[in-house]
Amino acid sequence: MPDFIAQWLNQNDIFTAMTMLEYWNGLVSTVQLVFLSLVIGLVCAVPLAITRTSRNPLVSLPVWLYTYLFRGTPLLIQLYIIYYGIAQIPGIQETFWWGIFREPFYPALLAFTLNTAAYTTEIIRGAIMSTPHGEIEAAKAYGMNWFMRMRRIILPSAARRAVQAYSNEVIFMLHSSAIASVVTIVDLTGAARNIYSRFYAPFDAFIFVALIYMVLTFILVFAFRKLENHLLRHQRPISN
Amino acid sequence: MLDLKGYGPALLDGAIITIELAFLSLALAVTLGLIGASSKLSSNRVAKGAATAYTTLIRGVPDLVMMLLFYYGGQVAVNNISDLLWEAYEIDFFFQFDPFISGVVTIGLIFGAYMTETFRGAFLAVETGQIEAARAYGFTRWHTFRRIIFPQMLRHALPGLGNNWQVLLKTTALVSIIGLTDMVRVAEEAAKAERMPFHFFIPVAFVYLALTAGSELFIKWLNKRANVGVVQGG
Repeated sequence: MPDFIAQWLNQNDIFTAMTMLEYWNGLVSTVQLVFLSLVIGLVCAVPLAITRTSRNPLVSLPVWLYTYLFRGTPLLIQLYIIYYGIAQIPGIQETFWWGIFREPFYPALLAFTLNTAAYTTEIIRGAIMSTPHGEIEAAKAYGMNWFMRMRRIILPSAARRAVQAYSNEVIFMLHSSAIASVVTIVDLTGAARNIYSRFYAPFDAFIFVALIYMVLTFILVFAFRKLENHLLRHQRPISN
Repeated sequence: MLDLKGYGPALLDGAIITIELAFLSLALAVTLGLIGASSKLSSNRVAKGAATAYTTLIRGVPDLVMMLLFYYGGQVAVNNISDLLWEAYEIDFFFQFDPFISGVVTIGLIFGAYMTETFRGAFLAVETGQIEAARAYGFTRWHTFRRIIFPQMLRHALPGLGNNWQVLLKTTALVSIIGLTDMVRVAEEAAKAERMPFHFFIPVAFVYLALTAGSELFIKWLNKRANVGVVQGG
């Protein structure tokens, strides 16, 4: 081991087992929060995107309004409204929901889910709208009904077109999740803020956490590239 | 009428700070984006590497972490430099690293990386024949850039620029976390003091909505203007 690293490790009071544990717990919260909100958001976004493409304005307009409101305002404000607002709903403190929403994790999860669902809805809608008309005509000619067309033709083909934009949304969500630390959740950023204020060492605390986020981002980028290659393998050039 | 319990003027001041912050960061981001894109496309390997490192680094780290690093770290760095200068040369140099400057620097740096990608694509979209023709007419490099490349690349950059601006506008809300009294901060304080979260956050949300909706219309208009004389396919 080079001398300067050994020296640095000997003088190091910040990165002890205790702080590492704090970072680890933060990592667990961040991953839980991001993973759950993305999964629930995606599950909600598919039916929402289908309703959004409906020709009946009574059906599509409410979904448009939802995505417009959530995409047009900062996530931080949505988080504040939900976090501070839930406690103000009359009578909620007597119901069992209060036991759930008293923890900051769940209001944050709700805010993140609603936000990512709005963005994902628009991504999927764009992909559905750009389905080549011939594919739908062919499906109709085969006698497929609406449900079967959706399930077998439109959604799989839309998924291929959406995956690139969706990977950006996933990374965006990972980065946005840092604001969970403002509602007292100890996620990765929250852990870094605690460690910063204990040691007054901004560079150590924040650069370390930035590196963790960077590793997470690169893992996601790599995984999505694999997924894209898998989904688009029929378009791969034969040579090379 | 909406009763803001006397917080109205503070909220208005906060909104002005938000808008100032957004425009200053945009100016910094566009400058960094132009420099970044030029270095990415240059044949100089050092410049290319630096620009690639910059964009990769920025896109891997959350904006809030970056902002906290600049805000808390910036002050520590200034203190250290000031100590060093005083001990070595007896120069009295000190300034308070305020949240507004940290906000502008961080948001500018982050969106500079996104702008780099936008401008890089736009530069590449200008036909090389145009540049060759300009060079053949004896234009200097600067002239080629100003008269030929820049006006033509702007048209291709506009949609990306517009998207980045919309995201930037919403990112400005984060400066409330490092203590700048923008409208989110004022609303938060008011909501806590009055115990009326909806009452204060929803109007602020609508100000953001108005800003993004207004920008959307303006960008659409700019796009239309920039594409005058271009026959669109389709």
